[in-house]
Amino acid sequence: MKSRHKKLALIGGALAVIGIIAALVLNALNSNIALYISPTDVAEGKAPQGKIFRIGGLVKEGSLQRQADGVTIAFIVTDTAKDITVNYKGILPDLFKEGKGVVAQGKMTGAGTFTASEVLAKHDENYMPPEAAQAVSDAQARGADNKVGEAPGDDKMKTGY
Amino acid sequence: MIPELGHFALILATLVALILGTLPLLGAHQNRMAWVALARPAATAMALLITFSFACLTQAFVVSDFSVVYVAQHSNSLLPIQYRVAAVWGGHEGSLLLWMLMLSWWAFAVAMLSRQLPDAMVARVLGTLGLVAFGFLLFILITSSPFERLLPAAAEGKDLNPLLQDFGLIIHPPLLYMGYVGFSVAFAFAIAALLSGQLDAAWARWSRPWTMAAWVFLTLGIAMGSWWAYYELGWGGWWFWDPVENASFMPWLIGTALIHSLAVTEKRGSFKNWTVLLAISAFSLSLLGTFLVRSGVLTSVHAFATDPRRGIFILIFLVAVIGTSLALFAWRAPKVGLGGRFGLVSRESMLLTNNVLLVVAAATVLLGTLYPLLIDALGVGKISVGPPYFNAVFVPVMTPLLFMMGIGPFARWKEASIGEILRTLRWAFAAAVIVAIALPFIYGAWTPLTALGLLMAAWVTLASTLNFVQRVRHTRGGQSFLSAALRQPGSFVGMNVAHIGIAVFVVGVTMVSSFQEELDIKMAPGEHVDVAGYRFTFNSVKAVEGPNYVAAQGDFDLAVNGKFVRKMNPEKRNYHSSQMPMTEAAIDAGLLRDVYVSLGEAIDRDNPEGEWAVRVYYKPFVDWIWGGCLLMALGGLLAMLDRRYRVKARTSSPVKTPAGTQQA
Repeated sequence: MKSRHKKLALIGGALAVIGIIAALVLNALNSNIALYISPTDVAEGKAPQGKIFRIGGLVKEGSLQRQADGVTIAFIVTDTAKDITVNYKGILPDLFKEGKGVVAQGKMTGAGTFTASEVLAKHDENYMPPEAAQAVSDAQARGADNKVGEAPGDDKMKTGY
Repeated sequence: MIPELGHFALILATLVALILGTLPLLGAHQNRMAWVALARPAATAMALLITFSFACLTQAFVVSDFSVVYVAQHSNSLLPIQYRVAAVWGGHEGSLLLWMLMLSWWAFAVAMLSRQLPDAMVARVLGTLGLVAFGFLLFILITSSPFERLLPAAAEGKDLNPLLQDFGLIIHPPLLYMGYVGFSVAFAFAIAALLSGQLDAAWARWSRPWTMAAWVFLTLGIAMGSWWAYYELGWGGWWFWDPVENASFMPWLIGTALIHSLAVTEKRGSFKNWTVLLAISAFSLSLLGTFLVRSGVLTSVHAFATDPRRGIFILIFLVAVIGTSLALFAWRAPKVGLGGRFGLVSRESMLLTNNVLLVVAAATVLLGTLYPLLIDALGVGKISVGPPYFNAVFVPVMTPLLFMMGIGPFARWKEASIGEILRTLRWAFAAAVIVAIALPFIYGAWTPLTALGLLMAAWVTLASTLNFVQRVRHTRGGQSFLSAALRQPGSFVGMNVAHIGIAVFVVGVTMVSSFQEELDIKMAPGEHVDVAGYRFTFNSVKAVEGPNYVAAQGDFDLAVNGKFVRKMNPEKRNYHSSQMPMTEAAIDAGLLRDVYVSLGEAIDRDNPEGEWAVRVYYKPFVDWIWGGCLLMALGGLLAMLDRRYRVKARTSSPVKTPAGTQQA
């Protein structure tokens, strides 16, 4: 083989490999991203059916229920405007608490019910997952728009970050 | 008073760094030897000042001086002394000071251990480090001084995040930072080479041990973080593709490419521009990691309370460093010339493939890490990229890399013969195939991925061993095999040890992801549960007092085949000051498996001595993951200590390597 041919072969090979890898990466990326969706969006029917996504919000006070097996759990996630029931089987993270922020990843299983494969809570007391904070402050902002004059400039959720 | 002294020392250090970053560089450029000679003393002075400053902060923590804001935020008088010391780097300001401390120590080490280098080279390397140090010191002084006072002083500190009150935290950040910051030395060598135009084999040889040292620290730091996540976070995972983990993994991947590329530059004079580019990238990614973690764009346990000014400062610094060094590269690189030619099948071409694959891997991690930030910044929505993406990408990229790892060391420089390599390695490959087919069956289930992982692990192990044995045979002369084996150069032994470390790591990953069993279950005292042949009997839960927490401590018996093995005592802690709950898992570690039990929550909050949700894990070979990392680091250490790096060589011409050290 002449050195020019060698070079061509090298370049061609490298391009082919890079093309394959790029296709692989984009495909993997495309099928593994999870959108964040707020409880209000879910209530408005914007949740993707049969696809994994994430919801964020606050765990509603007094909503945590435990079934007889002890590890099947249901709780309500709220953005203060709308609620969504989350089912989960497993052990909740240490910092999961009623009234505090939470993010859950999973799928819709039936009307208004979300089955989580993963529940994430914040890492310390002051900190709130930004997605949860966003969902709550969006909902409150909408609420403020609808009820003009009521508590104007109502302080947005303190997010602590 | 002492915190003010620390602050003052930091200001002085900034001035010294400015001198170090200007005069020696100018001196080397204009041949003013007096300015060049400033480099070593200035680096020493900087190291002393920063060490003093760090000691002042440590003192404030040890005596619990809550009139210092940073101490009040991250310590508590109940905190045990070892965690008070570790709390120095438990928050943003202190961890930056630690970063700086490491940088000044690296510069000091270069100043001390560079007797064999030309003075102008040392001046350029230390000068570059001085500029980096100046930027970071300004950052600390302007946005993040750990010495700010709180008036009036707080009566009690807010305490260290309980997650961080652990042995792992004491050593994980220093190791990781030693690695991150260590790449600044490789970077400084690259910049010095660009400035001087001297980018030859001698330069590569000077640069190699330093790069290797940084890589060793980074490897240990990442492994330590992974181990900490495994036993402390209580989730039983060892890697989560968390953006912060990725931030440390990217420089590691590029650093790995760099140490291989440096080998080619030293031995064959090729890949020069590429090597310089990798050195710049490795350090830039370290900075990017610092930016991502510290600016608060990422949120995780590592993201301390943040301030937008900090993010902007690091971003500007990042752009300045990357922009300047790439501009310098564009301006100077074409002058450094091409290296030796090589064939389509040769050691060079294989190392090139290695480099391409590692860079591709780093790029995919970068994509997965930055994509959600990009989407968020564009206002399109919020997304997250999960572990399946990284797993889907990593397996196909790493498989050819592992395969080549077996072949590469057998290939000759310049031109290698495929036939010869095939003949040498066919039995190793056949044996690896047998292992891959048989072993999963013994463990109960055969899946293609399990077989692939074991195939690659066995292949790399056998090929590396064969590579070592073959070379000992060829070089033994009349000596016994053992004495010849002991006389092999450190870099050659280190390479094979590190490659076997990769294989050990792959075994761990493959086995644990194929055969682990986990169970979340409700248990009442007296009940038992069986997982993978292990019986866990739940006896009771009792309250225990720690130094700064109260805990519910579970009492479990672990038994195999009816025979009692040991007691396991997982805890659910509640820390006084922060009121944060924390899970402490109980782990019975073993060579072939870990078993793991942790307490979830009491089913009835008001009856903590009754039923509990309990998590039980069986993790086969999980410790091989970190064992493999230790082997990699050991290999790096052996390579770094290779004798030939300590040979005096004031000349810049490629020095002939002694016979029998032709291995990278």
